[in-house]
Amino acid sequence: MTLLDEVTGTGGRSAASPPSATRRRRRAAETRAGYAFLAPWLIGFFALTAGPMLASLYLAFTDYNLFAPPSWVGLDNFTLLFSDPRFLQSAKVTAIYVVLGTPIKLAAALAVAMLLNNNRWGQGLYRSVFYAPSLIGASVSIAIVWKAMFIDAGIVDRLGQSVGLEPGGWVGDPGKTMPMFILLTVWQFGAPMVIFLAGLKQVPTELYEAASVDGAGPVRKFLRITLPMLSPVLFFNLLLETIHSFQIFASAFIISGGTGGPAGSTLFYTLYLYQRGFVDFRMGYASAMAWVLVVVVGIITLLFFRSSKAWVHYSGEAK
Amino acid sequence: MSTDPTVVAASTTTSPENTGRHGVSQERSTALRRRARTRDRGRGLLFHLFVLAVTAVVLYPALWMLMSSFKPTSQIVGNVSLWPESASLANYATALQGIGGVSFWTFFWNSMLLAVASVVGIALSASVSSYAFARIEFPGRKVWFTLMIATLLLPFHVVIIPQYIVFNNLGLVNTYVPLLIGKFLAAEAFFVFLMVQFMRNLPRELDEAARIDGAGHVRIFRSIMLPLMKPALVTSSIFAFIWSWNDFFGPLLYLSDPGLYPLPIALRLFVDQTTTSDYGAQMAMSVLALVPVLLFFLLFQRYLVGGVATQGLKG
Repeated sequence: MTLLDEVTGTGGRSAASPPSATRRRRRAAETRAGYAFLAPWLIGFFALTAGPMLASLYLAFTDYNLFAPPSWVGLDNFTLLFSDPRFLQSAKVTAIYVVLGTPIKLAAALAVAMLLNNNRWGQGLYRSVFYAPSLIGASVSIAIVWKAMFIDAGIVDRLGQSVGLEPGGWVGDPGKTMPMFILLTVWQFGAPMVIFLAGLKQVPTELYEAASVDGAGPVRKFLRITLPMLSPVLFFNLLLETIHSFQIFASAFIISGGTGGPAGSTLFYTLYLYQRGFVDFRMGYASAMAWVLVVVVGIITLLFFRSSKAWVHYSGEAK
Repeated sequence: MSTDPTVVAASTTTSPENTGRHGVSQERSTALRRRARTRDRGRGLLFHLFVLAVTAVVLYPALWMLMSSFKPTSQIVGNVSLWPESASLANYATALQGIGGVSFWTFFWNSMLLAVASVVGIALSASVSSYAFARIEFPGRKVWFTLMIATLLLPFHVVIIPQYIVFNNLGLVNTYVPLLIGKFLAAEAFFVFLMVQFMRNLPRELDEAARIDGAGHVRIFRSIMLPLMKPALVTSSIFAFIWSWNDFFGPLLYLSDPGLYPLPIALRLFVDQTTTSDYGAQMAMSVLALVPVLLFFLLFQRYLVGGVATQGLKG
């Protein structure tokens, strides 16, 4: 069973062995062993995930600055959030980034995966080279390089001017920072590409041969064979990349110097959450922000799963 | 998407082989084959040209960083050309001096310590926990497994504030404990999942035979599963190393003493402190910070790419 199956719910779960009454002691021993082996994860789950989640839910309804005890303020943090122009700005910036960046990145990943899906020489080498940016793209080093490339009179400015763009760096122009970040995420198309490529390899070539015999052109083959056969992989990539793009932080922090500027154009959600929680020490407010993020990501995940019934084709159904 | 590809396949009973064997004479088929081969060679050339163009675009930012690190700062900004007119290692000398009295190597070893400890923590905790999920039948296992999958999709921001408060109250801020404890408690579900998936594909006959011989779970885990899990352990370790090496948020949150800084935070300090924007030294330090990641990539790219591919598929 794969994560894909797990997330999409297609995998068959291994049935538990039928309970046998005579082996009760043996089963108790199994249970003890199970929980003993699971202990590291269980402790981590309660101490580092479930417990803190409940705590931040409580904090979201309080005013807390780390020094005085938290004071209950009811829904104040949430009502403040939706009248806070910086919060609304951060939500807007993040939404634009997710809605534009993810599909463009996945389209690039799919296009290159289809290009590489053959048995020509060098295919594995190309695959590795294209994957490399995914490993380093979120690092501080690359953020520094990106900034140096996109500043005033930088190489991107130079190249832009040579094709007739207005002179000026992208880093300091609120209208151009978003394309800069989208280019940075698209540059990391390699990870979803590798997953697409593995999916493409599992599409039976007979389907394409048969479609050719029937006179189908490349567009028809793509729409009628590739996309449906690849839809579980597409679903998986779309879900993970979407959730992932909500969490962009290091590159925005480095490129804007931690400010989210110019004019709030790089104030990504997590950057604002960091500013509120760990610069202003308004931890109640930051917890409310964190829970809004969880709810939004939860709703999006749910919508993905709901809609998947309409567009995700599982090979299991065809058999 | 109502079209069912298997229907397409079923509706075509005439396969190309059939017509080839009966209808076409020997001579014509070789001619056809030759023509197909030249056409394929043309397509191959086009393929390589196109893919090489993509490669150039993908590699350019990284190569630009590397080559800029050998140029004087005045020749970096706005210089599209990769080749340095006057190459020198001066930028590296500046970068290695470090920041605020802390040497570059201190940052480097801090990063190394964190990354190695992360690898050890994850290899231990994730392998043990995944054994419970994959090989032991016990009540509640499915519930825990579902919760584990759910944490894969959970934005971690919802736990950092309470975690910070607790570590702060325990006096553990400005130590490595908050950065490492999660690794020793299998908090990163990705690794547990990767190992569960791998273990599920190992033949069950092995542990059944061992059980009949009287081996308990500890023995089966240590003497049978661990040695067989080597590929999953290697893949996990590489990812654990690289993710720890690149981590910015955790150290930014918890570390305030520059003597404890790992490279990403040191880099940020370096960028902030060189107000005159010494891009040459910034590039050199960025390159140095990426060297271990690139080495891992070159040595283990098979495991990395394979790990990504199996994360979503097969397994």
